[in-house]
Amino acid sequence: MITIIDYGLGNIRAFHNVYERLSIPVKVARVLEEVEEASKIILPGVGSFDYAMRQLNSSGMREVLERRVIDDKIPVMGICVGMQMLADSSEEGTEPGLGWIKGNVCKFDANLIPFKSRLPHMGWNTIVPKENVNLFNGIENHGRFYFLHSYYFECDEKSQVISTTDYGITYASAVNKENVYGIQFHPEKSHNNGIRLLNNFAKL
Amino acid sequence: MLNPRIIPFLLVHNKGLVKTVKFKEPKYVGDPINAVKIFNEKEVDELIVVDIDATREGREPNYSLIENLASECRMPLCYGGGIKTVEQAQRIFGLGVEKIAISSIAVKNPDIITEMAFRVGNQSVVVVLDVKKKLLGSHYELFTHNGNKSTGIDPVKFAAQMEKAGAGELVINSIDRDGMMNGYDQTIVDKIREVTDLPLTALGGAGSLEDIGNMVKRHGIIGAAAGSYFVFKGKFRAVLINYPTSLEKETLLNEYFLPQWGTHNKGFKF
Repeated sequence: MITIIDYGLGNIRAFHNVYERLSIPVKVARVLEEVEEASKIILPGVGSFDYAMRQLNSSGMREVLERRVIDDKIPVMGICVGMQMLADSSEEGTEPGLGWIKGNVCKFDANLIPFKSRLPHMGWNTIVPKENVNLFNGIENHGRFYFLHSYYFECDEKSQVISTTDYGITYASAVNKENVYGIQFHPEKSHNNGIRLLNNFAKL
Repeated sequence: MLNPRIIPFLLVHNKGLVKTVKFKEPKYVGDPINAVKIFNEKEVDELIVVDIDATREGREPNYSLIENLASECRMPLCYGGGIKTVEQAQRIFGLGVEKIAISSIAVKNPDIITEMAFRVGNQSVVVVLDVKKKLLGSHYELFTHNGNKSTGIDPVKFAAQMEKAGAGELVINSIDRDGMMNGYDQTIVDKIREVTDLPLTALGGAGSLEDIGNMVKRHGIIGAAAGSYFVFKGKFRAVLINYPTSLEKETLLNEYFLPQWGTHNKGFKF
C-alpha cells in the first residue's frame, strides 16, 4: 500500500488521484497507526522549510516514520520540500532536517541565472537521469518535468545524485540512498512523465 | 533547459466557463471540468482558473468547484477569485491546487502576501495585476473587482511592492487587450520587467502563436497566457478548446526562444 503522509501541507490529492487512475492501492496517513501499515511512503511538501519541518514534527508521525524508513527500510520518496527535508539542514531556515541523506539545502545564486525571471525556478525543465535507475524506467534523457522552487539539495555524496537539471548551475534534481528517494520536481503535476515515475515508484 | 510557459487562462462565471471582451460581455464557452480534461490531453504547461463572481459577490471561493478542478488537473493549477485570508489560501492548497492568485486583497492589505508566503511558500503566491492604460500619457492604472474598481495605483510601483512583500509571480492582465486578440500590450510588460526579477505572466491580447512567440523572444523565460486564443477558433469565434501541439510548441521555441535564450546543458559527471 502506497501511503502519502498528510502533515498539513503538500499536494496530497494530486498523488492520490494519479494512483487511483493507475488502479494502484493508495492511502493517506494522518496518524501514526496509518504509517505502521505503509509499505511505501510518499512525503510531499510545499512552502517554507521550517514550516514544513515543524508541521511534520508536531504531526505525531515523525517517530514511527523514522522507524519504518531507517529500521524497516521501506521505500520513501520526498517530493519538492519533502526532498529538501531529507537533508541535514537548509539555508531557508533554522530547523534541522531529517538527515536521511547527507547534504544541505542551498538557495540558487540569482546572479548565475541567464534570465531576468530569476527565482523561483519555475516551469518545465529537463532532467538528465543516471543510467539504470529503476525510478526513471521509460523516461527519456532530457524528459520534461514541472519545477517550482528556489532552493536545491546540495548532496554531500555525488554518487547519491540520480538526476541533474540545469538552472544557472547543474544541480541534483533527484537523489537516492538505499530506500530513500528525493525528487525536486513535481511528478504529480508532470503529465505522462510524472505518471510514469509514480508508477515506477510503486513497482520498486 | 527551462522553457517559457504557455498558459490557458479560464474564467468561471455562474459555474460555467466564459470569455470576456475588455472584462465585459461574458460569453459562455463550456463546462470547466470538461475544459480541464481537454487541456490534460493537450498536455498544457499550466492552467489558471479565476472565478470572477466570488469577489464581486463578496462570497467565499467555491471549494467544491476548486476540488473538482484540482483532482482533474494533471498539470499545475493556479486558482484565483475571492481569496481574502490565509486560512482560505491554506484550505485551497489542501484541495490540490499549486498556486493561488490574489488581486483585490493584495491592494487592500499588502501585508497579507507576506503572511501567505510564509505559510504556503512564496513560489505559490501569484498576484494578478489588472491594468488599464490611462487615456492621457503613457501611464497605467491598477484596477480590481473585474476592472470595475479603479485604485489610482501605478501597477509598476505596485509590482515592485509585491515582490518585496513576498509574492512569487505576477500576472499582468491588460484590460484594454482582453478578448481583442490583437497582440499583447508589450509596453506594460516591459515596464514591469524592469523593476522586478519575479517570474511574470503576460495576459490579454494574444491572438496567434506569433504573438506568443514575440513575447518569448523579448523576455525569454516568461509565462504567455491567453483566454480567447485557446477557446475560440476562426474569425467567427466558434468555441473550440485548443492548444499548440508539442511539435508546434517545439517549432515556436526553435524560432523565437532558442536563438536568443538557449544555453547548452552543461551536464554533470555522475
